[in-house]
Amino acid sequence: MRLRSIFIAVVIALVLVVLGGIAWTWRPAIAPISAREASAKDQQLISRGADLAAIGGCGTCHTADAGKLLAGGLPLPTPFGTIFSTNITPDAETGIGTWSEAAFQRSMREGVDREGRHLYPAFPYDHFTRATDDDIRAIYAFLMSQPAIRNVAPNNDLTFPLNFRPVVAGWKILFLDRGPLQPDASKSVEWNRGRYLADGLGHCGACHTPRNGLGAEKKDSIFAGGSAEGWDAPALDATAARKWSADQLTDYLATGWHQSHGAAAGPMADVVNNLRHASAADVRAIAIYVASFSPQSESASPPARENQVPNAPAGTVAIYNGSCAQCHREADAVGPSKALPLSLSSSLRQAAPTNTVQVVLNGIQAYRSAGGPYMPGFDGMLSDQQIAAVVDYARARYTNQPPWAGVQDALTKARQGAAQ
Amino acid sequence: MTIALNVNGKSHDIDADPSTPLLYVLRNELALHGPKFGCGLGQCGACTVHVDGRAMFSCLLPIAAIGDRKITTTEGLLEGGKPNKLQQAFIDEQAAQCGYCISGMVMRAASLLRVNPHPTDAEIHQHMRPNLCRCGTHAAILRAVKRAAA
Repeated sequence: MRLRSIFIAVVIALVLVVLGGIAWTWRPAIAPISAREASAKDQQLISRGADLAAIGGCGTCHTADAGKLLAGGLPLPTPFGTIFSTNITPDAETGIGTWSEAAFQRSMREGVDREGRHLYPAFPYDHFTRATDDDIRAIYAFLMSQPAIRNVAPNNDLTFPLNFRPVVAGWKILFLDRGPLQPDASKSVEWNRGRYLADGLGHCGACHTPRNGLGAEKKDSIFAGGSAEGWDAPALDATAARKWSADQLTDYLATGWHQSHGAAAGPMADVVNNLRHASAADVRAIAIYVASFSPQSESASPPARENQVPNAPAGTVAIYNGSCAQCHREADAVGPSKALPLSLSSSLRQAAPTNTVQVVLNGIQAYRSAGGPYMPGFDGMLSDQQIAAVVDYARARYTNQPPWAGVQDALTKARQGAAQ
Repeated sequence: MTIALNVNGKSHDIDADPSTPLLYVLRNELALHGPKFGCGLGQCGACTVHVDGRAMFSCLLPIAAIGDRKITTTEGLLEGGKPNKLQQAFIDEQAAQCGYCISGMVMRAASLLRVNPHPTDAEIHQHMRPNLCRCGTHAAILRAVKRAAA
């Protein structure tokens, strides 16, 4: 009898937990609308939304095929499996054509789709939640003005239990801090504008802030450096390999290059190409805010450095001279294709060789049609051993940093990333 | 210092500084004038040759880095002293205006057709991207590649 009542109590408790869980994670669907209702006629709003969507980089993740803009399907590798971006064109069946503005606002603020399903935080709603209603409205108007493209994104490939969406509700309780930022009255209007854009739509921290074991940004380590798509997103705080001034960062964000740092390559090149749509004032505001994390503690343009490397193998020096020094010619002057004097390169001074290896393998191709820095990739021209030796040599010759361990590992990882 | 290079099926002992870019050796030592000096910076592709069948900028490839890999220039594609199918397609489509980029274009295209004999238009566009033509005969060049792939 006693056993029986315990059993009943346990069953009731379990049912309550399950029901509570459902209630806790459940979000209602928002009624679908017809595509005609959604299309805004306000060209100014649409145009502003286009610029804001560029700052947010919507098209960078939500486009897999350049001919199908915003139609989704791009694989995003995460430590928990692969997530495929969704179709955010106004196609009724495969996109967001039936989403009302309220549904779109909720997705940006809470990470819930129109049907009420929790979205994975690869969609950076932990940042987008900072955007104002007006800005989200403009982005909605822009998206709804785009051509509807029928495209079904592949299913996500996530490990259990993360493939069970209600789990995301728990993540949100722990890590999602909803709603707008309060302006900091002790800082300038520009700084606050920069914070709004960088922490909100720009989601700079999504790459430049390290993440914890559950994939959430560490709130006490803002801009301490993270990673993105096989690249290191360098630290932008006081631990940065090279500190930024607001002027330097403005130039870098606007052109993809600064001679005291180097070129914006990899995923950062997408950011620069997106920021062409932002106003000069907004780019400067972002720069002012981000540069405030790395107050200058060294001269703006550090003196060129060139060390003797007496033990370097003759073959490696020959390859350096024949391949690298055709552009990276002088210790103190910019070469052709905006090749940096390598002693000024931030990548070459970073703790890990990841970015240097990526650039040597694949080059910098992002600005070919726009002008800007360029570098050919040396993958296949030089063997991995030759690349590793030449990278080690450049680090020894042009920086005061200790030798890298694991250049070979970085090469292997960069190749695996490229194969995916 | 002597470095052995295998070019178009023949071995050559080259007496040159090991940092010398392959392009200079091909043109100045071996009198193979197909590959051209365009920019010397890996930007234009006029110097493109094959190294073990892959298209590469010979202007940025020092001879010290080559080892026993086999080099092929546009001269090496000739069949019995006559243009091969791809080269003939460039002639038939009149793909050359000034002609300076064409050797590089042929070598870039040949490296695609070697692994993918019937590429789509998108694959041809993607593959040919590293090579530039200042005269603007890209349309004829793409037609030539398609003709050779047909």
